[in-house]
Amino acid sequence: MFNDRTAKFLLLAALVICVGGAFAPNWIVNQFMFGFSRALAILGLMVLWRTGLVSFGHAFYFGLGAYAVAILDSKLGVSDVFLRLLAGAVVAGVAGFLIGFIMRNYRDIFFAMLNTAISMVLFGIVVKTESLGSTDGFAISASTIFGLAPETKYPLFVIITLVGLTAALAVNFYLKTTFGKLTTAIRDNEIRVEYLGFSVAHAIHLKYTISTILAGGAGALMAMSLGQVDPESMINWTVSGELVFVTILSGPGNVIAPFIGSLVFEVLRTYAFELAPQAWQLIMGATFLTIIFFLPGGIWSLIEKLGGKKNEK
Amino acid sequence: MEAALTILLDGLQFSSYLFIVSAGLTIIFGVMKILNVAHGSFYAWGAYTAAFFIGKFSDMGLPDALGFLIIVAAAIVVGVILGFIIEQGILKHMYERDEVLIVLATFGLFLVLEDIILIAFGTDPYFAYQPMALLDSVELGGITRDVYGMTLIGVAAVVAVGCWWLLNKTKWGTLLKAVIFDREMGISMGINVPLVYTLTFIGGAILGGLGGAYIAPTISVAPGLGTEVIVLSFAVVVVGGMGSIAGAAIGSLIIGILRAIAVHELPQVELFVVFAVMAIVLVFRPEGLFAPAKPRKI
Repeated sequence: MFNDRTAKFLLLAALVICVGGAFAPNWIVNQFMFGFSRALAILGLMVLWRTGLVSFGHAFYFGLGAYAVAILDSKLGVSDVFLRLLAGAVVAGVAGFLIGFIMRNYRDIFFAMLNTAISMVLFGIVVKTESLGSTDGFAISASTIFGLAPETKYPLFVIITLVGLTAALAVNFYLKTTFGKLTTAIRDNEIRVEYLGFSVAHAIHLKYTISTILAGGAGALMAMSLGQVDPESMINWTVSGELVFVTILSGPGNVIAPFIGSLVFEVLRTYAFELAPQAWQLIMGATFLTIIFFLPGGIWSLIEKLGGKKNEK
Repeated sequence: MEAALTILLDGLQFSSYLFIVSAGLTIIFGVMKILNVAHGSFYAWGAYTAAFFIGKFSDMGLPDALGFLIIVAAAIVVGVILGFIIEQGILKHMYERDEVLIVLATFGLFLVLEDIILIAFGTDPYFAYQPMALLDSVELGGITRDVYGMTLIGVAAVVAVGCWWLLNKTKWGTLLKAVIFDREMGISMGINVPLVYTLTFIGGAILGGLGGAYIAPTISVAPGLGTEVIVLSFAVVVVGGMGSIAGAAIGSLIIGILRAIAVHELPQVELFVVFAVMAIVLVFRPEGLFAPAKPRKI
């Protein structure tokens, strides 16, 4: 694992970012927190995207993770970062594992649509249920770390970075295992994969579950970074669209890509919003179209070209 | 009894408007295999254009009856312009790409079109009540209904019959069915498939615009209009079977009436019920409730 360029780079980058964060101004820390929280979900969607599956409904798991944190906070007063993160990931992962039994039989548009349907079911429930915060959502109390309440956002930032690092290393490792390598193989030819003696359904189920755990964790981290949850920005179908958008923007090339892509997305969104509050979606949409047309490999393919494909390993 | 009648009429009205919008979506999917997220924007554009001009004409002191002309004109103008630009400018270059990627491209278009609306029309809501006020209301079995809403059912019926006639009784319909059944064979028989695609997309866009333009007088036309409609129409076409007009009709009836029941009896489940039905249909009959079995091509 440590002979791996990607892993080395990730470790080094995480170290630099953690140290740099201590000196960086608040708004940069915030951007990294939002970016890296989202990147966790993108990492999962990337695994699906490599398999040729696009989910237009992962806001379901993202929202489950976020709302798990919110409900733990408001009903039980749980404020520990790790408990919250664990809760988000576990709730979403269990839901994803169960739904995966159905989902593993679906492909293409039907896969995308069934995910949309399920996420909108949750949206419909949350929006109309007073005890779940309805359209207003919940405010979330500040997170504590082993009982200590930090005064700045820096500790949470470090934790998010380290969680992102761990997830990236794990997915990187997974993609190198035989089961992990079945991603592209399944996309290219499912029948051949079956002839090689692997169950496509099992492989997809596992990838789907991985993606849901990551999306749940991402939702939990995002809820803690933002300090609030609401259905419009956590569960609605446009959020799923946003997640897919960042996945395509990042490109499926490498586990580092989701982190770069998410940061670019955050920066792009902040600047687009400041430049033209009424046209930020326009800028995002146009960027999206440009990427689809001219850069199908996402930002990562640019980096690969600049680095002369050295990082491809 | 009166409550039941209210639910039935509300349901039918809601179904009608869903049908008009979804018919466009399903035609585009059936012929071009494109699940068009930007369809929600056609709807929003139709609504905004109609509301804007109805307001303008009314301010100029022109008769309110012109409103109906504006509604039809808005749908056609929006459909032709947006449909043509999008099909020729973007989608035409993507037909060889993955289906899912085209969905994503239309999502990008959706974002772009949403904001152009904001830039063009501003963030304040528009009210274009004139055509609705013109038609007054009637007593019907003990309840009062506004006539405008009832005409919606008629418009949907006209759209349904029109689509059926076009598909089954005209040369164009035969060509269209040939392209749906086997695109390559269609090309080799000399059908101008690119032209069929362009016209289909424009036709679908007009229907999307018409849905928005016709509903505009009954609602406040405000930002975010297209966001809800597009997922609702997805639910409709999925329930009925993607790509079939009859499916869109059945889907909108089921969803429209279920939603009307929910709104009146149990408002908490209004949205839930729609998407729960969508999910259940996808799980048990992914091709749609009444879709005929498809021959598998090798």
